[in-house]
Amino acid sequence: MTSTEIETKDTAIPTRRVTVTVNGEKRAADVEPRLLLAHLLRQGLGLTGTHVGCDTTNCGACTVLYDGAPVKSCTMLAVQADGHEVTTVEGLGTPSELDPVQEGFVAEHGLQCGFCTPGMMLAARALLDRNPDPTEDDIRWGLSGNLCRCTGYQNIVKAVLWAADKERTGDPDS
Amino acid sequence: MTQTAEPHAASPAPTSQALDEVKIGGLGSSRTRVEDARFIRGRGNYVEDVTLPGMLHMEILRSPLAHARIRSIDTSAAWAIPGVKLVLTGEMAAQRNLAWMPTLSYDTQAVLATDKVRFQGQEVACVVADDPYIAKDACDAIVVDYEPLPPVVSPEQAVAPGAPLIRDDKAGQADNIAYQWEVGDKDGTDAAFARADVVSKLRLHYPRSHPSPIENCGAVADFNSATGKLTVYLTSQAPHIVRAAVALIAELPEHLIRIISPDVGGGFGNKVPVYPGYVCAILCSILTAKPVKWIEDNTGNLSSTGFGRDMYLDSEMALTSDGQILAVRYHATTDQGAFYADAQPTKFKIGLVHSSFACYDVPVGHITAQGMYTNKAPGGVAYRCSFRVTEAMFFQERMMQAAADDLGLDQAEFRRRNLVDDDQFPYRTPFGFLTDSGQYHKCLQIGLDAIGYDDFLVEQAEARKKGRLLGIGISTMTEPLGAGNSREYDILGIKMFDSAELRVHPTGKAVLKIGAQTQGQGHETTFAQIVTHELGIPALDIVVEHGDTDHTPFGMGTYASRSTPVAGAATAMVARKIRAKARKLAAHLLEVSEEDVEWELGRFYVRGAESRGVTIQECAMAAYSNMPDGMEPGLENNAYYDPPNLTWPFACYIATVEVDPETGVWDVLRFVAVDDCGVRINPMIVEGQIMGGLTEAYAMSNMQFQTYDVDGNLVGANYMDYLLPTAWETPGFELHEVVTPSPHHPIGAKGVGECAAVGGPAAYVNAVLNALRPTGVRNIDMPLLPDRVWHAAHTGDDVSGAPPFRTE
Amino acid sequence: MYPSRFRYEAPRSLDEALALLAEHGDEAKILAGGQSLVPMMKLRFAAPGVLVDINGIAGLGFHEETAGGGLRVGALCRHVDLEHSTVLPGAQPTMAAAAPLVADPIVRTRGTLVGSLCHADPQGDWASVMLALGGSVVAVSPRGRRTIPVGEFVVGTFQNALEHDEIVVEAVVPAAQGARAGSYLKLERRVGDFATAGVAMALESVGGQILRAGIALTGVGPATIAATEAAEALVGASLDPDVIDRAAELAAAAARPRTDHRGSADYKRHVVATFVRRMLTAERAPAGAAA
Repeated sequence: MTSTEIETKDTAIPTRRVTVTVNGEKRAADVEPRLLLAHLLRQGLGLTGTHVGCDTTNCGACTVLYDGAPVKSCTMLAVQADGHEVTTVEGLGTPSELDPVQEGFVAEHGLQCGFCTPGMMLAARALLDRNPDPTEDDIRWGLSGNLCRCTGYQNIVKAVLWAADKERTGDPDS
Repeated sequence: MTQTAEPHAASPAPTSQALDEVKIGGLGSSRTRVEDARFIRGRGNYVEDVTLPGMLHMEILRSPLAHARIRSIDTSAAWAIPGVKLVLTGEMAAQRNLAWMPTLSYDTQAVLATDKVRFQGQEVACVVADDPYIAKDACDAIVVDYEPLPPVVSPEQAVAPGAPLIRDDKAGQADNIAYQWEVGDKDGTDAAFARADVVSKLRLHYPRSHPSPIENCGAVADFNSATGKLTVYLTSQAPHIVRAAVALIAELPEHLIRIISPDVGGGFGNKVPVYPGYVCAILCSILTAKPVKWIEDNTGNLSSTGFGRDMYLDSEMALTSDGQILAVRYHATTDQGAFYADAQPTKFKIGLVHSSFACYDVPVGHITAQGMYTNKAPGGVAYRCSFRVTEAMFFQERMMQAAADDLGLDQAEFRRRNLVDDDQFPYRTPFGFLTDSGQYHKCLQIGLDAIGYDDFLVEQAEARKKGRLLGIGISTMTEPLGAGNSREYDILGIKMFDSAELRVHPTGKAVLKIGAQTQGQGHETTFAQIVTHELGIPALDIVVEHGDTDHTPFGMGTYASRSTPVAGAATAMVARKIRAKARKLAAHLLEVSEEDVEWELGRFYVRGAESRGVTIQECAMAAYSNMPDGMEPGLENNAYYDPPNLTWPFACYIATVEVDPETGVWDVLRFVAVDDCGVRINPMIVEGQIMGGLTEAYAMSNMQFQTYDVDGNLVGANYMDYLLPTAWETPGFELHEVVTPSPHHPIGAKGVGECAAVGGPAAYVNAVLNALRPTGVRNIDMPLLPDRVWHAAHTGDDVSGAPPFRTE
Repeated sequence: MYPSRFRYEAPRSLDEALALLAEHGDEAKILAGGQSLVPMMKLRFAAPGVLVDINGIAGLGFHEETAGGGLRVGALCRHVDLEHSTVLPGAQPTMAAAAPLVADPIVRTRGTLVGSLCHADPQGDWASVMLALGGSVVAVSPRGRRTIPVGEFVVGTFQNALEHDEIVVEAVVPAAQGARAGSYLKLERRVGDFATAGVAMALESVGGQILRAGIALTGVGPATIAATEAAEALVGASLDPDVIDRAAELAAAAARPRTDHRGSADYKRHVVATFVRRMLTAERAPAGAAA
């Protein structure tokens, strides 16, 4: 278990110790209650793959899996993750083997600038976990909490279909 | 001055030992992207990911009012908050002559307001603290005493008698007019109108739209007081321009400034200018002697950084009764906001709006234009377009439809009668451009066939009988890319060329360094493909670097779809320089004269003895180990490319829609795109660019816009009100291609990043208006909100130039 | 983007939570799904002194049928639970129609129906749905439990009828007088947008005879609006075209929209009438054609 101190220059500010299982590893940190989960992940734990786009819980760039379900980590407090499991893009796939969703995004050109991609892939992962054989409409509906400005979504849809095919049949081109 | 396009992806002759270009990742290869490996693992490196030792955090306090005089600013409570290191006001910036800065259009813009605030969201002060939460607390603790002034929120108000003077800071500025401009032949145009059978008229407003990449702007400024070196990590599409600008604005020596644009989370034109936040971060780093990070929030991005459009058009087209265009004339009014900050070539005050009607055989035209100061955010950036060509092409294609309707002509047929023919190139447009090549009629026909035009018209007629409103809209256009030649195109005096530097290592692996800057276009993938095409070095053996001014050659950056036309050409040219030297090395290795050496992809061989050859890799090794006497060692070079002309891709976009007459909601049934962007380096990436552009086009036509209420409050300051489409609303796209190489580009490419965003909107809007044609409605301004469509359909009235409304 | 400071409490039981509310009075704010509260705190439109996070309290995540077609929804039942519920389809058509239209798929993972009611945003979907259904909320405090009809609970823009020491533990849909029908229609320009206008309709009938009707409107007034007269026009009536038109007109008349960038006031009224007409016409259509 690794421990990270979030810098608090003013010792009078109360912090809470939280222990979060991030990508399978237990991590502890002392955080101010107002610290957003996205900021704990990014600054506190150095997992900068989780991006922050908007202020208003619309863009979904910060989407992570919280106990397996997709949440916008800019709209949860770090303290709320105490005792819970969080999966970020860094935990998608293993160092030696990519998740099929990651492979699909590459194969189908499902990303351009890459900024929305981590959140989009985690939303896609959650979608496939719930529905392994989605239609195009299922995917478009299921990813409608995540904004992309580059791709026009069509290749993202194809990427998720690619991943679904691979997971069901072992052959993405079937 | 002309270079000839080489055949791309040429199939090797049967006896040849040339490499298979597509297999090694050359032109025409849809190789997957090099960039993806890091992005899919969350290992990109965006500005917000940059952390430096001892780094402090900056937040900006913005004006809540659109127009007000600043009586006083009390920062004492902010200074008192533990963790606050600096509270910077305009007065303090002024002591360093940094309260104002130049814009890209030779105007000035406030960095931090000293006298007045001139738009809601304007930068008033900033705070540097140990963390951004504290900095935000301190911003909230600053007390600004404002004396409200009446706001000006439309061009109409700006020129009304007694309008408040917005730019009282500018000596000699007595009104709210930012610029006036005109182009074309007024007398010739008037004469043509005098003999017209029909004059079609149209008024419309292209609403203010924000490029809104998902990543907002930001900077990490690191001034090293020991060395005097300033390093700035910046969300910039044009880092070299920023370096020059910082040197001029902050009066720092340019060789001690290093701008690093790491991964950029989308730009679309928004990240071309220098913003006050960047200047503040730099100044704060100098003042605190610490690295300072500023990451803009989404509200700040949407309310203060470069928007696009906000143009009013009042136009006329002179026609013969059989559908021949005799002339066009129009007046364009732009709403510039508080500062004239268009990012555009200096010579052209309203960008390249006069590129309109370039694809039609129009003999003469005349344009007048005027820009107004208003109490709105400054901008006028080229939002996914080549300097206001989006407005130009939208206007052109809306005018084409209105004219076809006025003439009672089918909209496809009307276009056919006026499109420039293949044998007319190079073609001089009514406003003086020279288009390079194209097959316009072929593109149109492919589009019409793909959508099933004639069948749709039958279906539409049947549906109308049942009260269903189906519509079909066409948009055909060519746009000027690749600014530009140095005679006409410069920004603040710096000519708009671009550059590339190529280093081939002894083992034949290579590093290409370019002055362009990717924000998702995939330069690291495609620029290697150009080198592969020229040298036969497999794309996997070439790494592409960009975005660090200390380590890449000077370039004007990536916007206006100019990377492939200009930096891409520079890349081909530097590779040819390398190949020329390699040829000498090959002659030396093969012990023949250079004239006897022939080239095929990846290999030199002796003419007449094809089996005797050396690979490019062998030449590379020789450059470091076995060069001929008198030859300079090494295999490196650079090239600066000054394009002889613009490139002119063509596109035909066709949408079909159904409008719900009861609610005004409209859905896209199908969308067909036929793009001719010349030679396609990586077809997969080209298609990605087109689909992205079509989506932004859909967004602008349907939902995405900013407006201001009568008090100057921005409506659309965050994603709750500034609507971007999700995967659910976004239509599917059917893509087709035509390839007409550019005759003057080294590899025949024309650029493509923006065509779909430029030409797309008119297809959607024309389709909706086509559906409403029985109602007599001629125009509904974008976005075609359900209530606007419903209102127009039910009253038969146009919805043009929506006025500001009152919010409660 | 960065909330103000607050004190954070995470009670493990309802009693603990109630004690914290009693201690902190109007300084305290309940955090359930947080999908409206946290964004407001980030924009600093809200700055509660104490946040009482009830997510750790067991036993509030349920939703279950009650006798006669009723339903109980616990304070931590998420939108996504209702969207994918096996209980709602058929039994609760209005709720089943609304559940997938709330916010966006990611927000639905966290957001709660009860939280949406408490938030009392006139744009909130669930308030209209529960109002149409004649639903209520159950609030507990140190003084005991009380049931508050949603019509009395939502008192204004972002205002509910709770005392500072009360917590809503569940929302309740009462038993139906016969078979339920109804739907929820919402005009939004994109997923996750606030409603330009939305209409919830709940009908209860026996043998084609409407015994109870509820119509409520989203996003067309300073608070969720019960179109009571429109609903009453349906009770005892058969769904003839003139009855449908009358109900549509009355519903539109009940709306109090204002013109904004989502549409003109006239347009929003028109959408309300159109939606009422569409829903009633669908109910009137022979079985199978209405789907």
